[in-house]
Amino acid sequence: MKKVQILGPGCKRCTATADMAQAAAHQLGMPITIEKVTDYAEIAKFGIAATPGVVVDGRVVHAGGLPKPEDMAKWLSA
Amino acid sequence: MSISVTERRAGSQTALWLGASAVGVAVWFAIYSQLDAFSGWATSLAPLTPGSHAAEAVRFFIYDAPKVLMLLTLVVFAMGVVRSFFSAQRTRALLAGRREGVGNVAAAAFGVFTPFCSCSAVSLFVGFVSAGVPLGVTFSFLIAAPMINEVALGLLFALVGWKIAATYLVFGLVVAIIAGWTIGRLRLEGWLEDWVRDLRAGAVDLPEERLMPADRIRAGLDSVREIVGRVWLWIIVGIAIGALIHGYAPNDLLASIMGKGAWWSVPAAVLVGVPIYSNAAGIIPVVEALLGKGAALGTVLAFMMSVTALSLPEMVILRKVLTLRLLAVFVAVVSIGIVVVGYLFNALLA
Repeated sequence: MKKVQILGPGCKRCTATADMAQAAAHQLGMPITIEKVTDYAEIAKFGIAATPGVVVDGRVVHAGGLPKPEDMAKWLSA
Repeated sequence: MSISVTERRAGSQTALWLGASAVGVAVWFAIYSQLDAFSGWATSLAPLTPGSHAAEAVRFFIYDAPKVLMLLTLVVFAMGVVRSFFSAQRTRALLAGRREGVGNVAAAAFGVFTPFCSCSAVSLFVGFVSAGVPLGVTFSFLIAAPMINEVALGLLFALVGWKIAATYLVFGLVVAIIAGWTIGRLRLEGWLEDWVRDLRAGAVDLPEERLMPADRIRAGLDSVREIVGRVWLWIIVGIAIGALIHGYAPNDLLASIMGKGAWWSVPAAVLVGVPIYSNAAGIIPVVEALLGKGAALGTVLAFMMSVTALSLPEMVILRKVLTLRLLAVFVAVVSIGIVVVGYLFNALLA
């Protein structure tokens, strides 16, 4: 099962990104776990400069702004 | 073969988006060129004595509201497209290891174009500092980003003309560069919160997300939906207050409070501006009316910079990474910069 981490302090876009990951996983028929990382120090350790960030199985794939839904599907199925 | 098919499809999609935007901009200009005529006609319908206080206020509102909203939409769209070429990640990579001076100038300039919201100020700050961007350079970015944003510039352009918008842009950059440089010179790295100072995360390398022209146009539309959707009500309220000032406030009163003669008006404007934040969009139409009633430009610009660059909510957020001492230095340096710009302006235009 893939582990998706959404990095962000809990802003509106972070929630939207988490929802997008859930929707994409659902569409792919793929079970995932979603973890929201909201602590600033924890977020910083991933080395990103803008939130929301997306991490799939420990690999940072996106940072800053809402991702495109088709990209989200690509990251999940990669 | 499958690649060429996708590429051809992307190409025709690009043409479609570009065509649609061209039509959209043409329609925008067609409507905009008829606005004055429409406003004149709408005002003449209102049962008001021409020249009365009420008629002046209503006229101000009917002329300003559609004009401001349309210009703002266009500017926000254009900035949204421009901003899709910049990202905080790329800006950081360009600034890391930069020397002070050049770094401050670059950071302030990038601050204008890099997408930024105060909710991500902390992640950005930590991300910059831990990846080796000097503290002073980071501050130059952090001061410029909220102060010189598309809403402020768009509204200034719409209400008081491009000259004042350009002046605000230039002096905003100057404040950001000098304040950041000063903080850098003071060598205050020890005043960061411990966990920030000890963090050496380095920067992660992201695969570039390839954006097609269609994606950039979509980014422009997204920022229109988000920003105009968020601020339009403030602007209407602001224009209504501005209309009341325009129609009813006596000329001499404002000139004596906010005019060039009152030396204390610049620091007072900065103080008043700090707690006002979410209303920034609504403040600028008020500013327009104040200017029309004889308030001094330097005082008004100082007020605007203070509203946007020194906001209470952002300070609360920044407290997570800065010790109280460093936060105080930040506020003091930026305030002094703004006050100096205010006085300079009032003196230059005397």
